[in-house]
Amino acid sequence: MGPRLALMLKDAGLTAFVAAALGIFIVGFRTVDLGGGKGLGFDYHLVDLAVAVVVIFIGRLGLSMAANGLRWPAIVLGVAMIVAGASPMKLPSGFLHWFVALGGVLLVIRAIWPWANDAIGAVSRTPSGVALGKAGSKWFGWLLLAAAVLMPFSPFADQKTMDLGVLILTYVMLGWGLNIVVGLAGLLDLGYVAFYAVGAYAYALLSTQYGLGFWTVLPLAGMMAALFGIMLGFPVLRLRGDYLAIVTLGFGEIIRLVLLNWFDLTNGPAGIGSIPGPTLFGAVFAETPPPGKQTVSEMLGIAFNGNHRLIFLYYIILGLALITNLFTQRMRRLPVGRAWEALREDETACQALGINPTNTKLTAFAIGAMFAGFAGSFFAAKQRFISPESFVFIESAIILAIVVLGGMGSQIGVVLAAVLLIGLPEWFRDLGNYRMLAFGLAMVLIMVFKPRGLVSHREPSIRLHPAGSGGGG
Amino acid sequence: MAYFTQQLINAITLGAIYGLIAIGYTMVYGIIGMINFAHGEVFMIGAFISLIGFIICGSLGISSAPIAIVLVLLLAMCFSAVYGWAIERTAYRPLRGSFRLAPLISAIGVSIALQNYVQLAQGARPKPGGQVVSGGFNLFSADGFDVRVTWLQIIIVLVTVVLMAGFTWVIAKTSLGRQQRACEQDMKMAALLGVNVDRTISLTFVLGAALAAVAGMLFLMYYGVIDFFIGFLAGIKAFTAAVLGGIGSLPGAMLGGLLIGLIEVFWAGYFSSEYKDVAAFAILVLVLIFRPSGLLGKPEIEKV
Repeated sequence: MGPRLALMLKDAGLTAFVAAALGIFIVGFRTVDLGGGKGLGFDYHLVDLAVAVVVIFIGRLGLSMAANGLRWPAIVLGVAMIVAGASPMKLPSGFLHWFVALGGVLLVIRAIWPWANDAIGAVSRTPSGVALGKAGSKWFGWLLLAAAVLMPFSPFADQKTMDLGVLILTYVMLGWGLNIVVGLAGLLDLGYVAFYAVGAYAYALLSTQYGLGFWTVLPLAGMMAALFGIMLGFPVLRLRGDYLAIVTLGFGEIIRLVLLNWFDLTNGPAGIGSIPGPTLFGAVFAETPPPGKQTVSEMLGIAFNGNHRLIFLYYIILGLALITNLFTQRMRRLPVGRAWEALREDETACQALGINPTNTKLTAFAIGAMFAGFAGSFFAAKQRFISPESFVFIESAIILAIVVLGGMGSQIGVVLAAVLLIGLPEWFRDLGNYRMLAFGLAMVLIMVFKPRGLVSHREPSIRLHPAGSGGGG
Repeated sequence: MAYFTQQLINAITLGAIYGLIAIGYTMVYGIIGMINFAHGEVFMIGAFISLIGFIICGSLGISSAPIAIVLVLLLAMCFSAVYGWAIERTAYRPLRGSFRLAPLISAIGVSIALQNYVQLAQGARPKPGGQVVSGGFNLFSADGFDVRVTWLQIIIVLVTVVLMAGFTWVIAKTSLGRQQRACEQDMKMAALLGVNVDRTISLTFVLGAALAAVAGMLFLMYYGVIDFFIGFLAGIKAFTAAVLGGIGSLPGAMLGGLLIGLIEVFWAGYFSSEYKDVAAFAILVLVLIFRPSGLLGKPEIEKV
């Protein structure tokens, strides 16, 4: 007990020391403009830093206690942190209260994790648990789908919720699209948002310049994005994984910079505005009809309600997302889909078996791009205004994070991850930049602790022997 | 001619900064085969620590520029090195042996987290500072155009050359360098022969971060303004430099840095400054397509 505790204290001390060294300048000395041409001065935050370092010391101590089987002391430390964070005690900043309390919560979770894990394992091994698990994994997707379809009619479907629903579904669709590229074909694409941008600008330009409608442009935008995917993918797809990632990132940035600087076409940073929204059989969603058009409320003979447009948009994106999903599910059973997954597992073996890796990758790349193009033109129709600001690298990173967090290749995982990564932060909009900080840290933590994502189980697309007969898939 | 010479001088200065960052990419890639996407962020943090260091020097009344520069240099190198060490220890080491893209995704996470961390701690506004060296001399005049070399440009090139020489010596002659090269060739074999692989990899990150911090300081002094986002572009360009020179090769990183500096400055000087970043990205794409092993790199053989 004695020497072990000493080791833990030493380890915690070292961690706290490193944290202090990391934070001393960046956190401790906040540079502020003194004004009046006097340059920069400091706003000292050394007390904040000291509190944070102490918390890190205690937290690290608690974590190593939990790891060494000393669960109760760890729980006590965690609870003490939660109490300290939630207490009215005066800490230098509101952030520190959150920091202390959340640290305590994490510590408690870590300490009781083995128990919870054992308990869940024990329950899921009982016959009824096994049956429940099977039924759950079979019906869970359908339940989610039913919930998504019925959402607009539920009592809590106010404008904010519907907006959020549309946003989440957009990311679900993008996640499913990228899942083809990253999850199935195993190609890390860091420039996915470029195809999204191509789709968005295709619709924005074709509708504002040539007066084409949403439903005409939608397939065109998809085709255009797929074409970009082929043009871009053809030369680069023979590169190995991480080079490919950087090249796609480069392409994504090139497209954004071109959009930003090609004033004649894209109106540069000012963006394109007054993009028409999607129509329902030629009728528009508006209170008063534009010349020569009919409004939806006139056509259907119902009273005008601003929410109708939102509900319509919601069903469009739900439909588009479901098409993406269905398409992917079907593709996985076709030879080319099988080839994608085989290629992800072992490229050399695939080549030996006569699969052309470049062409196979290219199909995945182009199809993924096509769905991003669809999503992009939906985005333009929904926002009615687009600018290069919406297509920065961080968007690609978010979509990638959804796919990775969901468990690469898992369709239901993407939905869960999109709800988690887009829905939760959107509810906590006030957190501002803390949101992105947490987002980055979450990406690291998932990779470290659960690199296979939330839904790590992946149903094999083919089993050579029936499940359970020993051969496996 | 005068305009050309002036652009050349500017390009070499910029190239020196890119080269220093590129070394961090190239060393890490050489030893563990991953793209340290967060390296640009370490450069940015180095620039911020330098900014803070210069303000501290100012308030302590250190008015001599050389002393201030040396102090800030040491400060930025030491404290950025801690960042390099901590990033490797927490975000990359647990992933050794995980699937191939895991470290890259983790690195992107680190990069996003560090950017927002600095934005939260230091504010989003651009920060001016670090202009402790001013003045210069006219090299020659022609066509009514003065070709000017500033003292700062000389300092930047000098610091870079000295560091590069020192670094090359470390890699070629010291036992740390030998261990690094051993790990680069065959990590398992090196471990069997008693090389402490973990320690060697940690030190690689520490050295790379320290050089990036120097680049950050020089960047601050050269441009006189920084913000939390400078790491992204500079990081990509330095990575391009590392790839262009041949990733894994130290002289290649320096050469690549110079070339990227030349391309960027001449593109901006003769064509359009809006598209100078496009030029850098286009070079990256072209090099990776046509000569993935770079100018001085060895072609990579994929083993089954």
